[in-house]
Amino acid sequence: MDLQEKIASLLPSATIEQAQYLTISVAKNDLRKAAETLRHQLGFDILWSLTGMDWGTALGVVYHLASSAKPGEIVVLKTQAEDRENPMLHTVCDLWATAELNEREVYAMFGIRFINNPDMRKLLLNENWVGFPLRKDYNADPELNPLNLHSDEVSDLRPKLVEQADGTVKEEWDEIFTNKEYIVNIGPQHPATHGVLHFRVSLDGEAIKKVDPHLGYIHRGIERMCESLTYPQMLHLTDRLDYLSAHMNRHAICMCVENALQLEIPERVKYIRTLMDELTRIASHLLAWSCMCMDMGGLTAFIYGMRDREKILSIFDDTCGGRLITNYNIIGGVMADIKPGFQKQVKEFIPYMRKMLKEHNAIYTGNVIAKNRMTGIGHMSRELSINQVVSGPSGRASGFSSDMRKHRPYGAYDKVKFNEIMRTEGDTFARYSARLEEISASLDIIEQLIDNIPEGQSLVKTKAVIRLPEGEYMEWVEAARGAFGVYICSKGEKTPYRVKFRSTGMPLVAVVDEISRDEKIADLIAIGGSLDYVVPDIDR
Amino acid sequence: MEVKDITLQGKGTKDIEFKDNEYLEQYLQELRANGVNIFVEKLDMLINWGRGNSVWPLTFATSCCGIEFMSVGAARYDFARFGFEVTRSSPRQADVIVVAGTIVYKMAPVLKRLYDQMADPKYVVAMGSCAISGGPFVKSYHVVNNVCDIIPVDVYVPGCPPRPEALLYGLMQLQRKMKVENFLPDAQKAQKKIRKKLKEVEVKQ
Amino acid sequence: MNLELRTLMQLIDEGLRANLPKFWAVAIECLSVGLALLAGYAVLAMLLIYVERKVCAWFQVRIGPNRVGPFGIFQTVADTLKMLLKEVIPINHVDRFLFYTAPFVVIAASMLTFAALPFAKGIQAIDFNIGVFYIMAISSISILGILLAGWSSNNKFSMIGAMRSGAQMISYELSVGLSLLAIVMLSGTMQLSTLVEQQADLWFIFQGHVPAFIAFVIYLIAGHAETNRGPFDLPEAESELTAGFHTEYSGIHFGFFYLAEYLNMFIIAGIAATVFLGGWQPLHIPGLDGFNYVMDFIPSFIWFLAKVFFLIFLSLWVRWTFPRLRIDQLLHLEWKYLMPLSLLNILIMAVLVVMGWHF
Repeated sequence: MDLQEKIASLLPSATIEQAQYLTISVAKNDLRKAAETLRHQLGFDILWSLTGMDWGTALGVVYHLASSAKPGEIVVLKTQAEDRENPMLHTVCDLWATAELNEREVYAMFGIRFINNPDMRKLLLNENWVGFPLRKDYNADPELNPLNLHSDEVSDLRPKLVEQADGTVKEEWDEIFTNKEYIVNIGPQHPATHGVLHFRVSLDGEAIKKVDPHLGYIHRGIERMCESLTYPQMLHLTDRLDYLSAHMNRHAICMCVENALQLEIPERVKYIRTLMDELTRIASHLLAWSCMCMDMGGLTAFIYGMRDREKILSIFDDTCGGRLITNYNIIGGVMADIKPGFQKQVKEFIPYMRKMLKEHNAIYTGNVIAKNRMTGIGHMSRELSINQVVSGPSGRASGFSSDMRKHRPYGAYDKVKFNEIMRTEGDTFARYSARLEEISASLDIIEQLIDNIPEGQSLVKTKAVIRLPEGEYMEWVEAARGAFGVYICSKGEKTPYRVKFRSTGMPLVAVVDEISRDEKIADLIAIGGSLDYVVPDIDR
Repeated sequence: MEVKDITLQGKGTKDIEFKDNEYLEQYLQELRANGVNIFVEKLDMLINWGRGNSVWPLTFATSCCGIEFMSVGAARYDFARFGFEVTRSSPRQADVIVVAGTIVYKMAPVLKRLYDQMADPKYVVAMGSCAISGGPFVKSYHVVNNVCDIIPVDVYVPGCPPRPEALLYGLMQLQRKMKVENFLPDAQKAQKKIRKKLKEVEVKQ
Repeated sequence: MNLELRTLMQLIDEGLRANLPKFWAVAIECLSVGLALLAGYAVLAMLLIYVERKVCAWFQVRIGPNRVGPFGIFQTVADTLKMLLKEVIPINHVDRFLFYTAPFVVIAASMLTFAALPFAKGIQAIDFNIGVFYIMAISSISILGILLAGWSSNNKFSMIGAMRSGAQMISYELSVGLSLLAIVMLSGTMQLSTLVEQQADLWFIFQGHVPAFIAFVIYLIAGHAETNRGPFDLPEAESELTAGFHTEYSGIHFGFFYLAEYLNMFIIAGIAATVFLGGWQPLHIPGLDGFNYVMDFIPSFIWFLAKVFFLIFLSLWVRWTFPRLRIDQLLHLEWKYLMPLSLLNILIMAVLVVMGWHF
């Protein structure tokens, strides 16, 4: 019995169709039953992405699910809330913990409130923001939301909707921190938050009792902007999401559009993209390593990491003219073919980086202070990483195999041999070493590809105006911080109807509270460094 | 790929004159020609020399530009050469805030507060097109379109993100600007006079 | 030819006494000694900041300051000028009196310790017979300044920084004291001038061989921790507490903390040089008379400064290599390792002295 029949027998009221993925549509009242069935009976324990939708008449949510045994095989669950005035849906955050923050985001963007979600504050916007920006009828009048230069007090009250026994819904408020707690604000401007993240941390002496993350200090409304941009224009915004995996992000969106158009991509392009992806990954991991060392007080190590990163940046510079934001992938190929010296440069870089990795390990990994500060600290179990969908090196350090390069091979990854770096300890040291090991794994991939770049076109001609056929598409790549997905819903226009980027960083922030409890302040900083979140990617 | 010649307002790159802010030095010369007390002038020069060569930036970055800001601090570009040695994490001890990245509505009050917490004399460098004009996010509902709506800006460094060389150039322009400042009251009077005169000239033109 | 500073001092002293009544001569001498110490303090601090930047740049494959003057040697002059003219922000919710007193307490403590160091043959402002005790006592006042600064700032980061600093300083003060005690036992005196004179033939680190060497290493570690510099920079822990106990200080008040930090580095190295490495005494090896004779030609203040700067270089090396300790690791290191080791070391030293096994 295949999956579709199985689901049909378990959920007779659901509509099931085979689009890009198996899509199950359920009514609002059947959502809980469908979610529980999928989670418990069919083993879909990963909620890859939770997307709010505005279908014009009704609001709704799209869930992308998979099982941890096969993270690449995705099933889509859809539901709708017809009431536009006061839309409410049941939460799924008791089934998939990652839903909590995502549902808060959907509330801020669409106004859908989730019954039984313990925390119904707006995630990315201020509590007093007027309107729901991702709704189609959003009033963008700047008069409604004027620029406010006065800092408001942060409220520690959070509302929640509790379902009573008789089926009615009651709003309740509870306190996150009590008055007696010693609360320290780490961020928004803090050297160790890697951008503008805001943690409210309750302390007991040096030990951490609770962490409450506040997001949105760099929420730029990229998803809304994408809805008014054509597909080629949209590409530029993806680079600026997780700017350290600029190239991978753009690879994902290009792939998504190309697959929707059913465009045949030349092998040469695939090779070039893969090579650039891996170079970006090394640069990103090097920066993560540097910043983590700096956060732990080793400033010299930071400078060494940045020095090696510059070598990759000069390769980027020669190839596409950009250092950080490469703007290299475009729909149908790459902006410009690689330069004749590219292979030579990369081949010179590989042995250099291998040598430097040894040095980095010698000066930092082997250091007794560093080792003691990382080992056994910030333990994240495999269950937690799956529940919160912490993918990427951080999740793999806990034993959650989520590498999209393995599970949904794209580009030239099906042609190379490489190991998914897996560890089981799940502590800060495991996350730290997973990154360093991934650098050498990436070097191996590059080594296998660099001499075999096939001849051919570097760009396929596309139509001047790109219109995607009606439908929903989602493509995945393995970015430096985890699985990055691009979801495009098209109505056949030249602009997309809805675009959602699956944030690789949001789960990382979501787990901070749980894994840093009872650790010291200094550990929180080290844990943050080892998780390596990039805030614009979380806030989008 | 062939690189086309860029045209700006109908002019090609060859026709556009690159102005290196020479007006700063002209301004200083004019100030001196108008007669300032020699003692006051020398003292001012000393003060400006001290300030201009010791500009400590605040560790502040919101997005992509922050990475390039870090690159400028690291080995290859090393802004310590110019006296930007110590990046301070506490705004009380910093001299310049490099607004590296997009400023959104939620961040605006924080930025304002950071600026207010800095001790005088303080300077602002708007780094990257986001801080200057909203950059690619100019049409977003949540992005402040010019950082100068929040705090006064001394130097704009365009780019997305600006290359480290560009930021270094921008910071050096800030140093030049700092060197034509006037600290002592006597010189300030003379400065006002010249400002008036310059305005008159502008009006005539 | 005599390059000793003492000759110059004697000339000035004789000149003054010959031309002025005794009271005025002494008054002028006191004043000029005070001024010289202040000036020396400021110049050394600036020099140290410059040295640190250059050394740090060298470790980090950078160039470091090089635009102001040749090799950027006037960089710290520019920094000082700027710092002097920077606004001192009045802050609302602070305890005014304590907030403004704290930096002065810190700088006064380090100044008083600095004044007691024997810089060269005959160049020592004050020579107590309990010199080692005096230095220990007075240098630990600076912790009071740091605690006051952190507490009066009414800032949570400052408060955590101050508390960390309290825990750290009180712990490491013990090891510093115990390691110095080992040498006091060996020499039988606390007077700094006598300590130095006793090392004329052989430095204490060689005289007391094994226990003296252990004491030296413990002193260097604990002393480095006393200066609040990485890897022991927990009180200001840049990436954790933004700027720690001096987060709220601006302008010259912050400058005081900054200067005191560098001068403390000098003081710690100065005491180590005086107590273990023979102070201003040249390197003498018993038996090699020709070598000793040549060494005597190098003026004593150069010997002193050379030793101090060598030790400072070691300190910088450590500073720019290790990541920061966590507070529990910091206390473990002291109470579980350094402190028992120091106690044991004192026992060894006692046996050594009683048995006469030292050189």
